Amino acid sequence: MAKYLMLKHYRGAPEPINSVPMDRWTPAEVHAHIQFMQDFAAELEATGEFVDAQALAPEGTWVSSGGEGKPPVTDGPFAETKDLIAGWMIIDVETYERALELAGQLSAAPGAGGEPIHEWLELRPFMEAPPTIAD
Amino acid sequence: MDPQVLRALTPAVIGVLVHRGADFASAEDAAAEAMLEATSTWVADAPADPKGWLVTVAWRKFLDAERSEKARRAREDRVAAQPDPGAVSGVDDTLQLFFLCAHPSLGPAAAVALTLRAVGGLTTRQIARAYLVPEKTMAQRISRAKRTVRDVRFDAPGDVGTVRRVLYLVFNEGYTGDVDLAAEAIRLTRQLAGLPEVEETAGLLALMLLHHARRSARTGPDGHVIDLAEQDRSRWDTTLIAEGVHILQAALARDRLGEFQAQAAIAALHADARCVEETDWPQIVEWYDELLALTDSSVVRLNRAVAIGEADGPVAGLEALGEVDPAVPRHTAAAAYLCEKAGDLLRAAELYAEAAEKASSIPERHHLTLQAARIRAG
Repeated sequence: MAKYLMLKHYRGAPEPINSVPMDRWTPAEVHAHIQFMQDFAAELEATGEFVDAQALAPEGTWVSSGGEGKPPVTDGPFAETKDLIAGWMIIDVETYERALELAGQLSAAPGAGGEPIHEWLELRPFMEAPPTIAD
Repeated sequence: MDPQVLRALTPAVIGVLVHRGADFASAEDAAAEAMLEATSTWVADAPADPKGWLVTVAWRKFLDAERSEKARRAREDRVAAQPDPGAVSGVDDTLQLFFLCAHPSLGPAAAVALTLRAVGGLTTRQIARAYLVPEKTMAQRISRAKRTVRDVRFDAPGDVGTVRRVLYLVFNEGYTGDVDLAAEAIRLTRQLAGLPEVEETAGLLALMLLHHARRSARTGPDGHVIDLAEQDRSRWDTTLIAEGVHILQAALARDRLGEFQAQAAIAALHADARCVEETDWPQIVEWYDELLALTDSSVVRLNRAVAIGEADGPVAGLEALGEVDPAVPRHTAAAAYLCEKAGDLLRAAELYAEAAEKASSIPERHHLTLQAARIRAG
């Protein structure tokens, strides 16, 4: 088994086919989208492939050490050009092909007009534990 | 009571329930519940006959579950009329359970999870922690696996080869979570080695013991990987090595070579060298040739190239490496190692850095980064 992160972006990802922003959808379309996401996670739990799903608030702050004995230095809010992560889902699957298949399904979540968004998701493998037998 | 002793009784308890007429999935559930009850009630006062106690409790749990089921389905008669065939051979049942849990219709992850629970007696929570997934996810994975093998006959002959591959996967997983999966794999492989078709199972057991013997020497205090050549061999466990070598020799004497025996032979040759300079590389290359004839795997080809580099010099090693698919994991790391041996330090440092970027684990990446840093520091 291998774990993969499916990363969603507020910005920084290529433009999706159905790019109407969510605040322009009808309430029914928003409900349909939320229902899809819940069903998707529930289905992954049932297949024994679900690990985690979280969403992040869009606002954030750059933080850096201010030196010993001094408070941390902050810089923010983020610039409009920054790649901005919206959230993630973590899956534990048998193959890379299965991870691709699931990311494809998630990308097809319904958006405006009930049509698939075709959102671009970033699919990233986790680092694993080193194998015991290597020689 | 030692939890390992308790867990070792799991397959026998499931076996008795199945022979009394329970289906595998229900028997497995009932046995797991009995185990949980035992862990909470045996602390102060373990029964004189633990297996008898577990069978009694598990059978009661099974009947309770059946009755509530039956209230809906009205199939009381079948179980009520079921005669009790009494005690049966626990050895055969364990083998049947191994077959069922490693059934070819299951994917590797499902087979691993089901084996750890039904044969290993681990709780779903322990298995979930070991594989770093939520308990609910692991519970679903196990239920699905049980549904998949629902119609497989309990006494159907199985393939020991698939069982060995499952145990190998468990061993190779490493040491995450609070369960020592390597030790668990060794315990289960010992059980399997007592059952028929022994040579390759003995080979697998020997392989595990020989690698387990190096465990404390394999990682540094900060968790980074220490190469075989750099390991402090005084920290190798000589008792495990002696046992592994003994088991392997007995298996090889029966002259039915398989890939696990060949891999174990290579591990035994490493274990036999008191320092890296004493390693019998020509013989290791010969065993890689045997292994290649058995498996035709690119990973074996890669390791063979490194061994040739030691036996016949780095130029010969690089030449052998040239015939290996560059997409094989650790190809760049092997090239870096051989380049350094050949004296091409600049290229070696570049390759180590490149290999570090491609590494699929953090300890490996740290190790490779350290190699590049060491060369560049002169």
